[in-house]
Amino acid sequence: MVSSFPGTPEPPFYHPLSLVPSRTTTGTGLFEQVRKMQSSMDEQTMRNSRLIPLLQAMQEECGYLPADRLKVLSEELGVPLSRMYGVATFYTQFRFEPLGRHLVRVCHGTACHVNGAMQIADAMTDCLGTKEGETSKDGEFTVERVACLGCCSLSPVMMVDDRVHGKLDKEKVKEVIGKLMRGELDGQ
Amino acid sequence: MVSRILVGMNSCGMAAGAQETLAAIRKGLASRGLEIPVKVVGCSGNCYREPFVEVMTGSMRTGYGDMTHDRVERLLDEHIVGGKEVEEWVVRRSCTDREEGFDRDGYFSKQVKIVLENSGTIDPESIDDYLAADGYKALEKALKMAPEEIINEIDHSGLRGRGGAGFPTGMKWKLTRNVKAEKKFIICNGDEGDPGAFMDRNVLEGDPHKVIEGMIIGAYAVGSDEGYVYCRAEYPLAIKRLLKALVQARERGFLGHDILSSGFSFDIHVKEGAGAFVCGEETALIHSIEGKRGMPRPRPPYPSVKGLFGASTMINNVETWANVAWIIRNGAAGYAAFGMGKSKGTKVFALAGKVKRGGNVEVPMGMPLKEILYDIAGGSRSGKDIKAVQMGGPSGGCIPSRLFDTPVTYEHMTQTGAIVGSGGMVVMDTDTCMVDVAKFFQDFTVKESCGKCTFCRLGTKRMLELLIRISGPDGTEADIDALAALGDEVKAGSLCGLGQTAPNPALTTLRYFKDEYLAHVREKRCPSNVCKPLMRYVITDRCIGCTACARACPVKAISGTVKQRHSIDQTICIKCGSCIGACRFGAVDITGLNGGDVDA
Ligand SMILES: Cc1cc2nc3c(=O)[nH]c(=O)nc-3n(C[C@H](O)[C@H](O)[C@H](O)COP(=O)(O)O)c2cc1C
Ligand code: FES
Repeated sequence: MVSSFPGTPEPPFYHPLSLVPSRTTTGTGLFEQVRKMQSSMDEQTMRNSRLIPLLQAMQEECGYLPADRLKVLSEELGVPLSRMYGVATFYTQFRFEPLGRHLVRVCHGTACHVNGAMQIADAMTDCLGTKEGETSKDGEFTVERVACLGCCSLSPVMMVDDRVHGKLDKEKVKEVIGKLMRGELDGQ
Repeated sequence: MVSRILVGMNSCGMAAGAQETLAAIRKGLASRGLEIPVKVVGCSGNCYREPFVEVMTGSMRTGYGDMTHDRVERLLDEHIVGGKEVEEWVVRRSCTDREEGFDRDGYFSKQVKIVLENSGTIDPESIDDYLAADGYKALEKALKMAPEEIINEIDHSGLRGRGGAGFPTGMKWKLTRNVKAEKKFIICNGDEGDPGAFMDRNVLEGDPHKVIEGMIIGAYAVGSDEGYVYCRAEYPLAIKRLLKALVQARERGFLGHDILSSGFSFDIHVKEGAGAFVCGEETALIHSIEGKRGMPRPRPPYPSVKGLFGASTMINNVETWANVAWIIRNGAAGYAAFGMGKSKGTKVFALAGKVKRGGNVEVPMGMPLKEILYDIAGGSRSGKDIKAVQMGGPSGGCIPSRLFDTPVTYEHMTQTGAIVGSGGMVVMDTDTCMVDVAKFFQDFTVKESCGKCTFCRLGTKRMLELLIRISGPDGTEADIDALAALGDEVKAGSLCGLGQTAPNPALTTLRYFKDEYLAHVREKRCPSNVCKPLMRYVITDRCIGCTACARACPVKAISGTVKQRHSIDQTICIKCGSCIGACRFGAVDITGLNGGDVDA
C-alpha cells in the first residue's frame, strides 16, 4: 500500500494498544504514530480528536460504554472523565447499559412516520413485551428508535442487527421476530 | 448470448431481499453449469422495484423489477437459457449503441444522470469498473490545469451547494483558495440527518470513487493536503464501501503522496458520526471531528478562515462533490445547460412517503414539482389525492398541491416557505394530518436541539407543547396564534440553521392548512383521523351484532349481545382501529369529539 503521509506506514487511523480498531480503522498501530502523522497539531488537541472514534470502538467491543473502561480511557487519553461523559451523552449513539443479544432499531423518520411507524412500534411491543428504549428481560432484544435509516422508499422499515427489513406491516414484524427467536437470522 | 447479470445491492436493495436473489442466481447458474459473470452494482434509483436485476445481452440491457428470489428460476430458464425475455417482469430496456428503449413506469425517461451516472451500472467496490467509466479522467485533466482555472470552471458551471443552503460552490472554493494559510482541510459532509432523505447514502454506496475524485480535485484547487469524510453511523454499508474505495485509490496512486507524479499530495480520513442531527451543520460537524460535543458556533469566522483544528477548512456536501468530476470532464457550459435561472445543473431528489414510485431521481433543476411527483413518481401509492409534499426535512416546509406548478429551483422553493434543502421529498396524501406532521418535526427538533441557545432549546419545546395541545381536546385558537408568533421569534433568535429553520414545518402548515388547524381546535376533529385524542370510534346502526368487533378488541371495550347493535366504552377504548378492520359491514365510524351519534 502506498503511504499517504510521510513517515507513517499505514493511513489513516490508529488506536492505543488497549483498544480494538473501530470500523473506520484500516490498520492498527501505536499512538506514537498518530502523533507523527499530525505533528502540526498540539498533543492534547490530537488526543481529544481521538475521543469519539475510541468511544465507538469501545461500544463496538462491549455493546455499551462500561464505567470502568471509561475511567481507564480517561487516564490514557488525559481527557477528564467529566468531559468524556459530556461528549458521550451528547450523541445518541452511545449507551451506558448493556445491550440485548439482538438490536432492533425501529425507524421513526418522516417517511416511516407517515406510513405507520407507530403501528410497527406497537407490533414490536406486542411481540416482545419490550418498549422502545428498553431491553427485554431475558436479555435477548434491545429495541431502539432511530430517525431514518435511509431506506425511506421501503418505509416503514426497521433494522435488526445490521440488516434492514422494509415494507413492514404487523404480520411481517411478527415473522421477522419469530425468525429471530428461532435463531434463523443468526449469522446472516 | 447473455454476457452479464447485474444485481442492485445498495441498502435499499438488500432490505427488499437482494441478497437472497443474488444467492439464488449464483446457485441457479452453477447448477446449470453456466459461467456468466454476476456483478454487484449500486442502486439504479428505482427503489420501489427492488430487488432490481439487469441482464446484458450484447448491447441490450434488460431490467427486471421486483426480482425476489422466487422469481429467479423462471428468469434463468427463460431468459438466460432460453434466450427469451420474461416480458411481464421487464421494467426497463436500454441499448448502448442505439436510441431504443422501454420504460414501463415512465420513471427513467425524464431523468438526467450526472451525479448518478454510474449508480446501478458499475460495481462500487471495483476501481477498475470506475476507471472503465471514465473514472479519474477528470483528476488527470485537473492536475494539468492551474488551480484558478479549475475554480473558474466550477464557478461558471453554476454549481451550488447541495447540502441545503445552496451557496455557490465556485465562490466557496475561491474564498478558501484566497486564504493565506499553510494548512487547509477539506471536508465532505455525509451526515445526511434529514429524515426521509437518502441521496447521499445512494451516492456513497453506489459510486464512492466519484466523491473521492471530486474531493481530490477540490483539494488541489484550494491547496489542501488533508480531507475528511464525515459519514453518519446509520450507513454502515456506505462507510464500508468508502473505506474500500480509499484503499484502492491509494494503491493506484490517486491518493497519498505525489498523486500521479504531479507533486501534489493529499489523503482522506473517514469519521463516523455518532448520531446527532445538528452535526450536519458545518461548525458543529467540525467540533464533532475535534472530539467535542457537536455544538454549532456563531459565524463569522467562517470555516474557510477558522475551521477544523483552527485551520482554514472547506466543507461541501456529498452530492456537491459528486458533481465535480463530471463538470471538469464535460466543461462548465455542459453543466450550466441544464437548469433554470440561478439554479443550474441537476439535483437528486429522494422520493418517499405515500408515493407510488419511491426512490432517487435525478432531474434538471427547474422541473415543476408536478412533473416529478406525477409523471415520474406516479402520484400517491393509495390512489388518493396528494395533499402536500414536504421538502427540506425539519428545516423545510410543506408545499400544498395547488402550488405543484412551481419549478424546483432554490429561489422558487424559498418563495413557498419551504426549501430545496438536501433533496428529500416526502409525499403526503389525504390520510396525512398536517398538524401531526408539524408535531412530528417539532418533536424531532426538540430532541435534536443542542441546547446552546435559548430560543432553540426552549422555543421549540414550547412550540411542541402548543402543537400537542392543538391536537388534543384542550386546544384553542389562541394556541394557534401563539404558535405562529413564537415560530417567528424562534426563527429570529436562534444561533444556527437548526433553530432558524425549526419553525418552518409548523409555519408552512399553518400558512397552507390553517383550516385543518381550525378543525382541530373549533370542531375538536382531526379531518385525516390521525390525532388519536380527537378521535372517537363509534358503532353505527349498520351494525348487525355479529360480535366480530368485540372479539377483535384487544382491551374488551366493546359490549353488546348477539344480533344487537354493539357499543364502545370510550373510557376503555385505546383507538387502535382493530374493530374497523374486523367489521365487514362498515359499521364502525370515526368521529371527532363533538360529532356523530354517540351512544356511550
Ligand atoms: C441543522 C443543520 C443540519 C445540516 N445537515 C446537513 C447534512 O446532513 N448534510 C449536509 O451536507 N449539509 C447539512 N447542513 C448544511 C451544512 O451546514 C453546510 O452548509 C453544507 O454541508 C455545505 O456544503 P454545500 O455547500 O456543498 O451544501 C446542515 C445545516 C444545518 C443548519
Ligand atoms: S424515514 Fe424511515 S428509513 Fe427514512
